[in-house]
Amino acid sequence: MSEDFNFVHSLEPERYELTAPPAYHFDVDRREFFRFLGAGVLIVCVLKDARALQESGAKQGGTSLPKEIGAWLHIGEDGSVTVYTGKVEVGQNIRTSLTQAVAEELHVPVETIHLVMGDTKLTPYDQGTFGSRTTPDMNLQLRKVAAAARDTLIVLAAAQWQVDRKRLTAADGKITDSESKRTVEYAALVKGKQLTETLPADDPLIPAAQWTVAGQPLPKVDGRDFVTGKHRYPSDQKLPDMLYGKVLRPASFGATLSSLDTQEAERMPGVVVVHDGNFVGLAAPSTEIASRALSTIRAEWKSQPQISNKELFDHLKKNPAEGSGPTDSPFRHETGSVDKAFASADHRLQQTYTTNYIAHAPLEPRVALAQWSGDDLTVWTGTQRPFGVRAELAQAFHLPEERIRVLMPDMGSAYGGKHTGETAIEAARLARAAKSPVKVMWTREEEFTWAYFRPAAVIDVSSAMRKDGKITGWEFHNYNSGAAGIPTFYDIENQRIEFHPARSPLRQGSYRALAATANHFARESYMDELAHLVKMDPLEFRLKNLKNERLRAVFEAAARKFGWEQAKPKDHGFGMGGGFEKGGNVATCAEVAVDRKSGEVKVVRLVTAFECGAIVNPDGLRNQLEGANIMALGGALFEAIEFADGRILNGRFSDYRVPRFSDVPAIETVMIDRKDIPSAGAGESSLLGVAPAIANAIFDASGVRLRSLPLVPNGLKIA
Amino acid sequence: MANVRQLNVNGHIYTIEADADASLLFVLRDHLDLTGSKYGCGEGQCGACTVLIDGKSRRSCITRVGDVAQKQITTIEGLVQGNRLHPVQQAFLDEGAMQCAYCTSGMIMTAVSLLNAKRDSSAAEIARSMEGNICRCGTHPRIVLAIQRAAKVMNDSKQ
Repeated sequence: MSEDFNFVHSLEPERYELTAPPAYHFDVDRREFFRFLGAGVLIVCVLKDARALQESGAKQGGTSLPKEIGAWLHIGEDGSVTVYTGKVEVGQNIRTSLTQAVAEELHVPVETIHLVMGDTKLTPYDQGTFGSRTTPDMNLQLRKVAAAARDTLIVLAAAQWQVDRKRLTAADGKITDSESKRTVEYAALVKGKQLTETLPADDPLIPAAQWTVAGQPLPKVDGRDFVTGKHRYPSDQKLPDMLYGKVLRPASFGATLSSLDTQEAERMPGVVVVHDGNFVGLAAPSTEIASRALSTIRAEWKSQPQISNKELFDHLKKNPAEGSGPTDSPFRHETGSVDKAFASADHRLQQTYTTNYIAHAPLEPRVALAQWSGDDLTVWTGTQRPFGVRAELAQAFHLPEERIRVLMPDMGSAYGGKHTGETAIEAARLARAAKSPVKVMWTREEEFTWAYFRPAAVIDVSSAMRKDGKITGWEFHNYNSGAAGIPTFYDIENQRIEFHPARSPLRQGSYRALAATANHFARESYMDELAHLVKMDPLEFRLKNLKNERLRAVFEAAARKFGWEQAKPKDHGFGMGGGFEKGGNVATCAEVAVDRKSGEVKVVRLVTAFECGAIVNPDGLRNQLEGANIMALGGALFEAIEFADGRILNGRFSDYRVPRFSDVPAIETVMIDRKDIPSAGAGESSLLGVAPAIANAIFDASGVRLRSLPLVPNGLKIA
Repeated sequence: MANVRQLNVNGHIYTIEADADASLLFVLRDHLDLTGSKYGCGEGQCGACTVLIDGKSRRSCITRVGDVAQKQITTIEGLVQGNRLHPVQQAFLDEGAMQCAYCTSGMIMTAVSLLNAKRDSSAAEIARSMEGNICRCGTHPRIVLAIQRAAKVMNDSKQ
């Protein structure tokens, strides 16, 4: 990997994540902690190193806890272990993988561990659950916390028995003296104690090669609650006297209210109507009455003409919007001399690729339940950023954050689509007027229309190449969708890579893998075009231009498992695509079958090889890889948001096609376990190879080169 | 407006007060606090709300409560016998056939209905029967495996 490559990656902005609020300073008296948690041992993981901590005067044993806390863990007098983290569970199964990490280091059975997640009152500040950061950051922090807890217990046992701590070992919730064979349970050791330890910085972790719990498959820790319907998602939360809220949506994006008649709704028993500026909403005793009341409201809206998806790509190139915010700051990388490389090239090729807006469509739409008690506000909501939602609420209601508590029960998925707090604000506004708790659950149509979309992209790629297939110059321009995954991992001496922010006609934001999907689609499709230009095998061509060992390994592993060299049936095609993002290396091979008469394209087979360092939960990882392949299939083949004049035209499941059972091909995964490399997340990078692999396979089968996502929303036209 | 006053759900007779035109899903969720059945689309397209009416799967979101007042309704909460999971529930656990699991109760109810009628379906036939249920996390292959596993268990135990 070249130095430039590393440099570019370290600077890569996490676009479309809303700006984080200032670092939260947690200031809790440790005695209060034990009042709340009960006696026992409390281990706190501090984000600063131990030396900096000492210099700042925060010492263990004092009454106040250090401020920059990542996570904490409490062992109670009954031996139960409670772990507090600001991360949230959205289906990626981190409740399970983080539990494994703690079980591994603390040497306790998995069943004794409970995780409190994403509760702004109880858990340390966390920016949000996105960017594949949970495994590299929180997993490591919790392992350190758990290891420190284990050491503290050993010290306690050594003191109790007056023996050298080196004789003592921890296993299965007990400390054992290897000489006298005495044992003592953790529960007995912590009885009556109120002991706080901040994390010793040099505490050694168990190397991945010696893991016994981590590294093994572990089923979802609370799986039974999910198969019995017992688990309460955000949408299942309920309070006494709770009302059901609905919001009147504008006729189009950006429309303003010009007239309003709510009389009939107001006359309905139990219905409370709120009109505050452009916000019109109501609360009612049931969903059914709320819907009926909403339908009686007469409103007129003033709208501006807006573009449709037919003019989209032209619009994005013609409407730059450079700024300095998190969503509109440009990106530019230049190395060597691209112009010279082009001047002396044997082959030059210029191509343009596009991707449409797509929707996350999490199966559980946005929902929030808000309750006021005087000026104190509590909100249960489905979000990847509970602390971010708290900040939004504080701003909306002019309240200090200390008066607001946001809780995030494990929710029905998000995929990057639930970073914002609009539903929480709506519920809180209605609850304040109704003087009762109010739950607002968006309909599917609202979720499709008023959430945000994965950004659309126009990508121009050109390159200079020698006769023998060595690429010497590379120029890559992304308009609108973002800089994630924009650097090329191929070894090319002369590069000019730019991201050009644009004025998006639709509200856009984070989506699993961000812009990396569009950038990989363009780059890997283009690589296939280059390979055909010099009549080389696409795998051989990639390897010729690729030095990075981890990437070479996944491409070769995928090709081997797939049988890249094998003969294919008539009208079947093979294609590959892969890349690198957020610590994960991925390569996917696809086999498609094309029906030349009907134009139907069927993905027959996907083989994905993946490597993200040491594997924490092999079955959890495999589940993520399979899921990512299937989710990516939708955006690759047929998902696209259609819009015109500020309205979404296909905002329901009967109009917006998502992958269903019959779309799912045979999926095989190859997981490369690199125990010598720290674990990275897998939820995002695993999607990247699918779209280009399918596009390249369609070309192989039919000779038709498709350069826009989705590839075949209406089937394939073969001239 | 006609009202519904009684509903037979999971073997219990519930006394309710609901408009006959109300959606069964919201009566289950709002009135009876049986929240295992989920809202996903409101148009019978995603299957998250699936319940059994007299043993057959039905989309509760587009079912008028008035149409099922005299019938036996089974929701995900009614599948457990004592403390024992239904073989389909157990199979979903054994195959790890879920991520966020929001679709899971609808998937299980649809599968129970399928297996009540037929237990020797091929993987392709199972996939066809499950076509109306959406999983956005992409656990489809595991769900098919879970249904095959449950079919085998139910056949062996002649349930």
